Amino acid sequence: MQLDEFFVTGEPLIYAGMVAIAVVSAAIVFLLTYFKKWKWLWQEWLTTVDHKKIGVMYILVALAMIFRAGVDALMMRLQLAFPDMNFLNSQHYNEVFTTHGTIMIFFVAMPFLIGLMNVVVPLQIGARDFAFPYVNALSFWSLFFGAMLFNISFVIGGAPDTGWTNYAPQAGAVLNPGPGINFYLLGLQLSGIGTLATGINLMVTILRMRAPGITLFKMPIFSWSTLITSFIIVFAFPILTVALALMTVDRIFGSHFFTLAGEGLPMMWANLFWLWGHPEVYIVILPAFGIFSEIIATFARKQLFGYKTMVWAIILIAGLSFVVWVHHFFTMGAGAFVNSIFSITTMAIAVPTGVKIFNWLATLYKSKIIFPVPMLWSLAFIPSFTIGGVTGVMLGMAAADYQYHNTYFLVSHFHYVLIPGTVFASFAGLVFWYPKLFGHKLNEKIGKWAFWLFLIGFHVCFFPQYFLGLDGMARRVFTVGPEWFTLNFISTVGAFTMGLGFMVFVFGVIYSFRYSTRDLPGDDWQYGRTLEWATPTPVPKYNFATLPENVRTHDTLIDMKEDGETTFDEKKLESIHMPSYTGQPFIMMAILFFASFALVFEWITLAVIGLIATIVMMFIRSFDYDEGYHIEVDELRENERRARGLDDDRE
Amino acid sequence: MTENNNNTLPLEYSTEQGQMSIVGFWIFVAAEVALFATLFATYAVLFGRTADSPEAMELFQPGIALTMTFILLTSSFTCGLAIHSMREGSLKGLMIFLFITLALGLTFLGFEIYEFVHYASEGATLQSSAYWSGFFILTGTHGVHVTLGIGWMIAILIQLKQRGLTAVTNRKVFILGLYWHFLDVVWIFIFTGVYLIGMVV
Repeated sequence: MQLDEFFVTGEPLIYAGMVAIAVVSAAIVFLLTYFKKWKWLWQEWLTTVDHKKIGVMYILVALAMIFRAGVDALMMRLQLAFPDMNFLNSQHYNEVFTTHGTIMIFFVAMPFLIGLMNVVVPLQIGARDFAFPYVNALSFWSLFFGAMLFNISFVIGGAPDTGWTNYAPQAGAVLNPGPGINFYLLGLQLSGIGTLATGINLMVTILRMRAPGITLFKMPIFSWSTLITSFIIVFAFPILTVALALMTVDRIFGSHFFTLAGEGLPMMWANLFWLWGHPEVYIVILPAFGIFSEIIATFARKQLFGYKTMVWAIILIAGLSFVVWVHHFFTMGAGAFVNSIFSITTMAIAVPTGVKIFNWLATLYKSKIIFPVPMLWSLAFIPSFTIGGVTGVMLGMAAADYQYHNTYFLVSHFHYVLIPGTVFASFAGLVFWYPKLFGHKLNEKIGKWAFWLFLIGFHVCFFPQYFLGLDGMARRVFTVGPEWFTLNFISTVGAFTMGLGFMVFVFGVIYSFRYSTRDLPGDDWQYGRTLEWATPTPVPKYNFATLPENVRTHDTLIDMKEDGETTFDEKKLESIHMPSYTGQPFIMMAILFFASFALVFEWITLAVIGLIATIVMMFIRSFDYDEGYHIEVDELRENERRARGLDDDRE
Repeated sequence: MTENNNNTLPLEYSTEQGQMSIVGFWIFVAAEVALFATLFATYAVLFGRTADSPEAMELFQPGIALTMTFILLTSSFTCGLAIHSMREGSLKGLMIFLFITLALGLTFLGFEIYEFVHYASEGATLQSSAYWSGFFILTGTHGVHVTLGIGWMIAILIQLKQRGLTAVTNRKVFILGLYWHFLDVVWIFIFTGVYLIGMVV
């Protein structure tokens, strides 16, 4: 293989990307060396098994990936801003919309929400860590290396170009030779391992590690949505694993699952993909619902309306999410009967979702609302998401879908649910729980600027796209005609406004890091309702010195305040068992990264060597009997007293 | 995370961490059910799509499939006996029965490899047609699981030799047992769904 086959050549934009990667990598290496931080990086972060630190790393990956996929989005909007633009050629445009979609779903939405779950769920249920902290680290590194593998494709080997749905036979070896699609298949496979492991981990954590008294129906709603999401992950992700593996075998070893030759069935890919893909939609929306529920109740300063119906609505949505997948390809020709059934199941999902919308409104009704940044995101979510939901029901009607299918109407619909749903929730949740992560709040004023820019930009960007779709503009076209110019131009202006909003958000993070006050009470917003706000800020590594004993409702902290209880009762202190940090998860996933990279280029010998090395790592793990260590009572007492600002002259 | 001991329970359930690992593994088995269900569905959809390659009916041999079934069922029985010895507190019995299970697993694999080579010589390989792709990937995935199970069993046998019966080693044996029985269940579906149906339809 020649070097110019290995690296992507001939595109000025991609050369710029290469330079940017080289400069950023060199800067990171320089800064780490200059400030002598290599040891810190290894000991504090790369080897950590602490759920809070792992959560922070998930969120950092998600923010970096928003940047990457956001640049993709702006490139597309620039290309579509004027008729017959020449900014991107058709091939490059195909690659850009593919990486935009794939990264936004797999490496932004998933890690952002899983990062928040990592930080918050153990704190909400009164656990000291995940059930399996080692596996949690493994999950994160699999996501990290999966994301890296997918991301390097645009400079090495060439990016995938068949859309994030990667339909056969277009994605098969005959029509699409070369490493591009392999990057998609193996990058997602690698990160999928971690997602499944996290699903199992969170499920066991929630089912087995709740503090005494926190029964399932006294659990905060975000933890509930995490539990149900984990169920969906456990039953949906294996389907993706199989689908990706079958296409990998098709492409590399010449089998005939999705090929046109050998009586393969290309449409089976669409079925398998969406059998996973539709539940996936709810994997990224249910935790968002949970986050909004927490924030709305907190800043309406009122108990969440209809807690039990909220829980049952989540469960119902999760169940329905497995029986609607055909609505993604009504036009495949499954026939009127099949389409009707899936049309009905699809529209049925609007019922529990509507229940949730009305519950949020009822929570707000006659409450004394305050408007900090997380609440603004949450309030903006309700009407914006409803527009997305209602157009979803329009798409769900099979007969009408023949008009909307694969137009910008669809594009606008799913951005209207994913952005106000998942993205707003991620920002809201990050701002809301930020003090628990970093020990200081984000600047409110900058946060409001970011919010308004992003919200207005969002509607300006996507609302016109409904009408472009109704005017017949097809999805994934790389140039537009003059008749669509005005609306497309408005849309592009909106997209850049959103980009500006995100930059302001990032600026707010940096500004607050320098200037925000550090001395916060544990209940940082003053109106916290759930157990995470009972811990000191920043949260100690063992989370809780002692656990509450008298939990009566799902608003645990409210109960504790009434009883004068805290999570530091000196009489009840006992030594706490902690897991040891280990570099194994990082090393194991790094090896698997190299094995996958070799397989992308179909270097089978190297891939097999990498796989054997991974199995060796599993053996090493099996023989590892590290028991962890204990934090003794004295250390706990001292630490808690310092964190809570209690005087030390107790004798 | 805590190490409360409870003496009324079997050793593998005696610690909180042991209980959580077992619950976690049950959930993992649920995910594996979803994985194999997808493979079975794929196989069923591709059934009969043999293009120019031989039909399943021409190649399947009832004798071999039945022998493999008996070997794997027996190995599941000896695996159960191993757990029984473990509960009785007999390290020796546990190790002997695990060895027998291991040997039966290897024999099963031998038959499967012979079978695959035989089909290949008759012109049915992974590349032959959609049907044979589905067949080899479904049975092959089960075979890979058995192989991993054997490697895992060897690792655990060494640890038993080194450490004897403890809460941790017992938990590992118990979880391996769950895994092995699960593979047996999958095989029963393969035997009926693939071989028996393939021989008559």
